[in-house]
Amino acid sequence: MTYTLEGTTGPWEVVIGLEVHAQVTSQAKLFSGAATAFGAEPNSQVSFVDAGFPGMLPVINAECIAQAVRTGLGLNAEIHLWSRFDRKNYFYADLPQGYQISQYAHPIVGQGAVEVTLADGSTKTIGITRLHLEQDAGKSLHDQHPTKSYIDLNRSGVALMEIVSEPDMRSPEEAGAYLAKLRQIMRYLGTCDGNMDEGSMRADVNVSVRRAGEGYRTRCEVKNVNSIRFVMQAVEAEARRQIEVWESGGTVEQETRLFDTARGVTRSMRSKEDAHDYRYFPDPDLPPLVLEQGWVDQLKAGLPELPDQRRARYAALGLSAYDAQVLTAERETAAFFEEVAHGRDAKAAANWVTGDYFAALNRLKRTVTDSPVSAKHLGELLDLMADGTLSGKLAKEVFEAMLEADEAPGAIVEKRGLRQVTDSSAIEAVVDEVLAKNADKVADYRSGKDKLFGFFVGQTMKAMAGKGNPALVNEVLKRRLA
Amino acid sequence: MMRPTDLTIAQALDALDRREVSAVELATAFLDAIERLNPRLNAYITVTAEQALETAKASDARRAKGEAGKLDGIPLGIKDLFCTEGTRTTAGSNILDGFVPPYESTVSANLKRDGAVFLGKLNLDEFAMGSSNQTSAFGPVENPWSRANDPAKRLVPGGSSGGSAAAVAARLAMGATATDTGGSIRQPAAFCGIAGIKPTYGRCSRWGIVAFASSLDQAGPVARTVEDNAILLASMAGFDPRDSTSADLPVPDFRAAVGRGVKGLRIGVPEEYRIPGMAPEIEALWQQGLDWLRAEGAEIVPISLPHTKYALPTYYVVAPAEASSNLARYDGVRYGLREDGRDLKDLYERTRARGFGAEVRRRVMIGTYVLSAGYYDAYYLKAQKVRALIRRDFEQAWEKVDAIVTPATPSAAFAMDEKQDDPVTMYLNDVFTVTANLAGLPGLAVPAGLDAQGLPLGLQVIGRAFDEETVFAVGGAIERAAGFAAKPGIMA
Repeated sequence: MTYTLEGTTGPWEVVIGLEVHAQVTSQAKLFSGAATAFGAEPNSQVSFVDAGFPGMLPVINAECIAQAVRTGLGLNAEIHLWSRFDRKNYFYADLPQGYQISQYAHPIVGQGAVEVTLADGSTKTIGITRLHLEQDAGKSLHDQHPTKSYIDLNRSGVALMEIVSEPDMRSPEEAGAYLAKLRQIMRYLGTCDGNMDEGSMRADVNVSVRRAGEGYRTRCEVKNVNSIRFVMQAVEAEARRQIEVWESGGTVEQETRLFDTARGVTRSMRSKEDAHDYRYFPDPDLPPLVLEQGWVDQLKAGLPELPDQRRARYAALGLSAYDAQVLTAERETAAFFEEVAHGRDAKAAANWVTGDYFAALNRLKRTVTDSPVSAKHLGELLDLMADGTLSGKLAKEVFEAMLEADEAPGAIVEKRGLRQVTDSSAIEAVVDEVLAKNADKVADYRSGKDKLFGFFVGQTMKAMAGKGNPALVNEVLKRRLA
Repeated sequence: MMRPTDLTIAQALDALDRREVSAVELATAFLDAIERLNPRLNAYITVTAEQALETAKASDARRAKGEAGKLDGIPLGIKDLFCTEGTRTTAGSNILDGFVPPYESTVSANLKRDGAVFLGKLNLDEFAMGSSNQTSAFGPVENPWSRANDPAKRLVPGGSSGGSAAAVAARLAMGATATDTGGSIRQPAAFCGIAGIKPTYGRCSRWGIVAFASSLDQAGPVARTVEDNAILLASMAGFDPRDSTSADLPVPDFRAAVGRGVKGLRIGVPEEYRIPGMAPEIEALWQQGLDWLRAEGAEIVPISLPHTKYALPTYYVVAPAEASSNLARYDGVRYGLREDGRDLKDLYERTRARGFGAEVRRRVMIGTYVLSAGYYDAYYLKAQKVRALIRRDFEQAWEKVDAIVTPATPSAAFAMDEKQDDPVTMYLNDVFTVTANLAGLPGLAVPAGLDAQGLPLGLQVIGRAFDEETVFAVGGAIERAAGFAAKPGIMA
């Protein structure tokens, strides 16, 4: 079903393309040795290069290049062995050099594609136009003093990847799913931490609307949207605004807009006429970046398993599509699951992790990264069920005990005497006792009241304080009642 | 014993070794000369007398312990485009008002490492933009030479390294650092009757040198002899991981190459350098130089560098384009001059209007224009294409010759009140020198004779990339044959 927005004159399609700025995970900046940690004292992570001092020169940080290549490989994209850094010239107080070093004409990564899964289970491929490296600017603080602005250059020179998509998305959901997928891939790769609230990832959202079957109409760019939810809201708000303009006989002007998250509307930032002339030209301080295919191959060989591959592998293990999706959503969750499932029945492991374990995390407001139960102990719990030491019911009881103190389930079983009874003679003795006490019901059962079987099971388990092996209890009862 | 200020660097190193002179005596002699003559010549912007005497003292102590470096005790001047830690660095501009770098440029640090004594910071055209040293915010430098028929007429020393060349010629420094973006080492060296080499692009690190045009800028020395240039360059050069355009190559023994001779070398003579209206004296000197080399066993080969005539316009697109971007950082926000304004834009406009002189503003405007949307292809991109053709011209020439010899400048030094009305006339000074910058090749200016007014004239030797040794060999041969011994009128 095509997503459309209803105007007064009929339905409109929405066309969306995203430019995502993702901060490269690295110890040092793109062209200087200064550190990149988030939340440091203002201007404490600034080299003379980052501050644009006279005679200072940029030197490419090889790790940032490797991270961009890894990301490109993760996006199934073409890696350009020859790329170049250009200068984007403009004046601003937090841009110390008076230009940003970026890759305008020759990006390091070319066309690629990612597949997103939508809520209805369908998938869609979103094209990647390019990925290029660039430096971030510093930060202007206008609210610290009534008449002065303050500048923090900690971010100045930090490496960013700009990932540009094709205008392939057609709904807020698709835009959100695409952004989430990019974030997921980069977190798997360890190339961007994806922390949108710390500014590690932000998106410029290009939106236009059109009638079904039409070519593209003029688009507007909504700048610097910093959460997946806001991206989805901004798409709809901007699309509705444009529909109103077109339907009232106006023309949408190409311009840059901002999303007002409080009011849920976009506001004009600058029009095409005010657009900067950035006077791009190749940075003469940096020779072209030339990569060797062998080095790229090496990076490729060292890539971790990506979410799509991992999901496929889980499906092959017999996991449901839902479980595979949920378990691969975060790299950390998948790692936890893998440890639980290692050498064990994958489906049983998946059931426990997505079932009781996730429920416990929700209840305790914890995450996999600060898990109350270690994967090792959860795995041992599965072993105790597999070898018959614990019934499913007993296992849940042991699990609750594990949540309180992450102890080995074996120790809990011993301490609390929760081991299930698998000695058939012991079970037979209890069953005989139960049947003797309920002779009337035995008679009813034998005369056809089959439903009473459950009653006998319940009575037996009660008498055994829940420790009877359910299969054995059933078996003995069937035999005795036959 | 010669007067200390008359010693060449080679002679001074020997004299220091033999304890005939001390570093302190050398420094004192030069500081005295500076005190006497600098008020007239204005070659130094900043004199670091105290620091010079201290380092000279330390140098003598090192030598006494047998730990002297390659240049220990040699008093040098530093062009004020090199950042010097703790010493004001101006780039000849008001915009860097009060700027004291917290770091030392790689080239000057290399000289310090080898024991050189710094006398002070030398005057230059503002941001190295000029051919007469008249665009400096610290006033013009005067050429220590003057015309025989009009000795009162004050002449320019050339530019942009005018302070460096004038100081060395007048014996206010034994040698000096300089930079060359379009001829800024070779033209002032020729105007002042000394030698200077712009090495291959990438030979010296640009780290810590205030940038003019990054793809063209290259540091080099000026000194009275070719051998002294070889000694200085050996200390200045070398790979620097902090400059991505610096060449990771070993530094050869330049000094050994100076006396190597030219026997069997093929010397190219580009027909395109015979420009209309060239002074007959220049033309005669050029021929004379070629005759000397032939007499020494070189083969003279006519060659063609067909795109030469486009070199100057190409240069005046590429250099201002890069400069317009390189100078954007001087915005009054973090260091240097700040003129407060109503808002950020006003602050920029006031600061840059007051901080930059007319020539810098002109080039920033030209550079901004040629990079602008709609003009980029016609100017900047076209210039890059022509630059590639100029480079190819040379590559083809190297199949036939080992070095190229041309005049260094189209004329001798001109007077301070000449060529002021039209910037293009001024730009013509670079006509013989810009090609080496555009192609990244080494170029050496050697004093070879005097014109009718007794002013020095120089020849230029251009060599293959990273083959400064052949350039020094040819330059050394010209120097020996010319026996240039004339001295400027103003001299310590």
